Amino acid sequence: MFDESVIKTIFGRLTWESFPVHEPILLVTFIVVMTLGLGIVAAVTKYKLWGFLWREWFTSVDHKKIGIMYMILGIIMLLRGFADALMMRAQQAIAFGASEGYLNSHHYDQIFSAHGTIMIFFVAIPLIVGLVNYVMPLQIGARDVAFPFLNNLSFWLTVAGALLVMVSLFVGEFSRGGWLNYVPVTNLQNSPDTGPDYYLWALQIAGVGTTLSAINMVTTIIKMRAPGMSMMKMPIFTWTALCSNVLAIAIFPVLTGAFALLMLDRYVGTNFFTNDLGGNPMMYWNLVWIWGHPEVYVLVLPVFGIYSEITSTFTGKRLFGYSSMVYATVVITILSYLVWLHHFFTMGSGASVNSFFGIATMVISIPTGAKIFNWLFTMYRGEIRYELPMMWVVAFMLTFVVGGMTGVLLAVPPADFVLHNSLFLVAHFHNVIIGGVVFGLFAGMDYWFPKAFGFRLDRFWGKVTFWGWVIGYWVAWTPIYIVGLMGTTRRVNHFDDPSLQIWFVIAAIGAVIILIGILAFVIQIAVSIINRDKLRDTTGDPWNGRTLEWSTSSPPPAYNFAFTPQVHDLDAWYDMKDRGAERPVKGFLPVHMPRNTGAGVILSGLAMVLGFAMVWYIWWLAALSAGALLIGGIIHTFNYNRDYHIPADEVAEQEDARTKLLAAGA
Amino acid sequence: MREHPFPAIPRPLKAATILSAAMLLSSCSRAVLDPAGDIAAQQRDIIYISTALMLLIIVPVMVLIVVFALRYRKGKGAKYDPNFDHSTALELVIWSAPLLIIICLGALTWWSTHLLDPFRPLDRVSATKAVDPKVKPLVIQVVSLDWKWLFIYPEQGVATVNELVLPVDRPVRFDLTSTNMMNTFYAPTLAGMIYTMPGMRSTLHAVINREGTYDGLSANYSGAGFSHMRFKLHGVKDDGFATWVAGVRARGVALDTDRYLELEKPSQRVPVMRFSQVDGDLFRRILQRCTKPGTPCMTGMHGSQPEEGKPEGAVFKEGQEKKGGESVTPQPGSQSPPPAAGQHHDHHSSLNLNHAAPGTARVAAA
Repeated sequence: MFDESVIKTIFGRLTWESFPVHEPILLVTFIVVMTLGLGIVAAVTKYKLWGFLWREWFTSVDHKKIGIMYMILGIIMLLRGFADALMMRAQQAIAFGASEGYLNSHHYDQIFSAHGTIMIFFVAIPLIVGLVNYVMPLQIGARDVAFPFLNNLSFWLTVAGALLVMVSLFVGEFSRGGWLNYVPVTNLQNSPDTGPDYYLWALQIAGVGTTLSAINMVTTIIKMRAPGMSMMKMPIFTWTALCSNVLAIAIFPVLTGAFALLMLDRYVGTNFFTNDLGGNPMMYWNLVWIWGHPEVYVLVLPVFGIYSEITSTFTGKRLFGYSSMVYATVVITILSYLVWLHHFFTMGSGASVNSFFGIATMVISIPTGAKIFNWLFTMYRGEIRYELPMMWVVAFMLTFVVGGMTGVLLAVPPADFVLHNSLFLVAHFHNVIIGGVVFGLFAGMDYWFPKAFGFRLDRFWGKVTFWGWVIGYWVAWTPIYIVGLMGTTRRVNHFDDPSLQIWFVIAAIGAVIILIGILAFVIQIAVSIINRDKLRDTTGDPWNGRTLEWSTSSPPPAYNFAFTPQVHDLDAWYDMKDRGAERPVKGFLPVHMPRNTGAGVILSGLAMVLGFAMVWYIWWLAALSAGALLIGGIIHTFNYNRDYHIPADEVAEQEDARTKLLAAGA
Repeated sequence: MREHPFPAIPRPLKAATILSAAMLLSSCSRAVLDPAGDIAAQQRDIIYISTALMLLIIVPVMVLIVVFALRYRKGKGAKYDPNFDHSTALELVIWSAPLLIIICLGALTWWSTHLLDPFRPLDRVSATKAVDPKVKPLVIQVVSLDWKWLFIYPEQGVATVNELVLPVDRPVRFDLTSTNMMNTFYAPTLAGMIYTMPGMRSTLHAVINREGTYDGLSANYSGAGFSHMRFKLHGVKDDGFATWVAGVRARGVALDTDRYLELEKPSQRVPVMRFSQVDGDLFRRILQRCTKPGTPCMTGMHGSQPEEGKPEGAVFKEGQEKKGGESVTPQPGSQSPPPAAGQHHDHHSSLNLNHAAPGTARVAAA
């Protein structure tokens, strides 16, 4: 007994039984992941790239490199989240009548919880943050973000959270409480397992990263715009990034607070959300949705910005109704706080409360509708070039209006009473998230990839990606709308009514078509890298762009701009081209730059160890890592070696190279 | 291909149109769009009216998107005006068109939300028939247990599990609560759903207008047994209802405290059960969380005391108590809750011990 007690003290509740070696699916996944991982490690070691990766990427405080790392994280996690989606679609396509399918509820519940959690927190957020990180400082003519180190730390904290979610696949279990880890399912007495703890620690750690990143971006936009760029001359993507990050600053503390209270319930035995002793699970629902609904706009606003930039560029026109677009964005930002209750009209709040939140939700559709019209009238009398990004815009507009319509329908409480928690609702939010956010992210990647790497993405495989996603979306989700209207509810792993099966089979086929789109995207990147010389862009402005990011070279130098640009017009770069502004070719000055630091990686690593130790009740390790985290943070503040100057002749050298390239191209 | 990136814009659209047409046809017999209850029928109408209102603007917008996307392609020779970025008249239309729709929809929302408020007693049993002021609504107390539905008929003194029998055209008031998880009580054919929550009571007024057997379910995920937390709803004539009540009274066993405490334990795929007698105070005690003898009831601002004894917070656990770290694989087909959940039951045996006989008979009137 003494021995076991010592073992429990050392390993907490971690035992041999914590490893799912008896699960063939997980075992195979584990072997594949390990093989791939070891392969990458071996390759990096063989080509002696560790030092390079550490010096040039992991420790980098360059917003461009951090942006690219965010994108890589998001794409890798997309593959994981989509694997979950395929498993769910397969289960629902076969689990009818006597057939139980291949997933019991214990695993099915973990899969839908992990799918939602990963897709929002570790796919959508990193991809959005990555694009904002990369593009926004360039658009406002800045050399980096306001707090470069914080940016690096934010990224690695997000990675730490993502890794914790991935670890839960192979050590212990993930939450079965849905993507928001709902109580009472996740109360200690109902889920004493590791699942909710993994969820809480992963999201708390990643959430700190997201909050810090939002603070960073808002400060950058407020303080670091190029001279002449007044608020109403800011590119629309920067505007939407500003509103999105202001929202994030306001809401993430609520989520952190709600999670912290649930952690107290689970770890200390408090009764905030328990069923007894004065606790109330309803409070958790309110708190997470006060975060949850604005979060939708945190994701979709920057994407609206992406669509605006692309529409303006590829129609060769100024954006129609710029100020109306800005006001619409700000109105959405404010209203998004006032609608959270529409996620549970059916909890019995009473007619007046429900009406208020229903109507407030509908009101959001007015500025959103105005935006659709603005894109429409930007196309009007334009010269539309259907490059890949513009194809996504048109597909988005056609898909998104349907999702908007079903969303407003769900905002009418009597309609919501029959559609709440149904697959109609699930189809609605996939309609706006895929048709809005995902299409926009692909559009943004196709659009800004040449800026980041100096060559375009392959057009053929881009089209395969496009059609895979667009056709796949409609094939996969139209049937789900239909079964939702038949009264089928969500998160079910088995159906009795055999007449529904055909719809789920169609949906599964749609998911496979989307898979083709995803694979085509991976191929697109590989093919583009192989053919990079053919796809090369030496001008830095492959699309005849309008905003400042297109004025510098592709990829931009570490310092972005040798001279801070002077802004006179909304479409600053278009205006410069129009006036025939000359690029300065001499008189370069040394550029003051932030220095790379490994502190972000180290602190995030410690945070991850802390999370893991807390999940497994390994108190000594938790105390040790928490202490190290604190001391590490303090030590970092004494690091005064945090900046350097790029000498003037080095700047001149890089700028001269660009001058030659431009001359050769012209 | 290069010049025709959109050879098939209408393709997904066309598919969508065909599918939605198919949807409307095939769902004619479905609960949500062809309900047997007046409340659900009115809610269905609200869906139709709102959708029609929105299509007033959505359809022209979709048409315009396609028209502009094709018409203003480079090289088509349509008028090109790179500086057209503002038009006060257009801006007015852009903002006021959605505004007008939303004003209409908002008015509809305010009116219908109050009219169809689940707390509000019915004033009609169908579009053509008002409620007889002399008829009091039938009261049914609904309790969601892990993972089955308990229906108590306090006036009739009987109770059932996973079977709800309603007399046609009689207004019904449901009082609802839950023992542990949050579920929603949802019979799509009858009325919209409402949450059942531990320690809280919700209310739903509804009526069923057609005889028949319909599906009911929990529509809010509540853990391992959620997928099978379904019940049958039988709409029967008044005399059929009386016959059914008499039958339950004659044959079933009583739902006393011991049987209830046994029933309350987590179980899945529970067959229909009928109880000939039920403690008239049971619902109140479930609501106030004091079904176990000796537990003080929750009153006013005082929270209830946990019946089972509450698990300690993780940091207070010592050696042996640090559990829950196993990665569990339930037996195929069993889908039992994880053993770590505190009370490990074999889900079928705990219930069928007592109620094997009365649990299986179907309703005669249905």
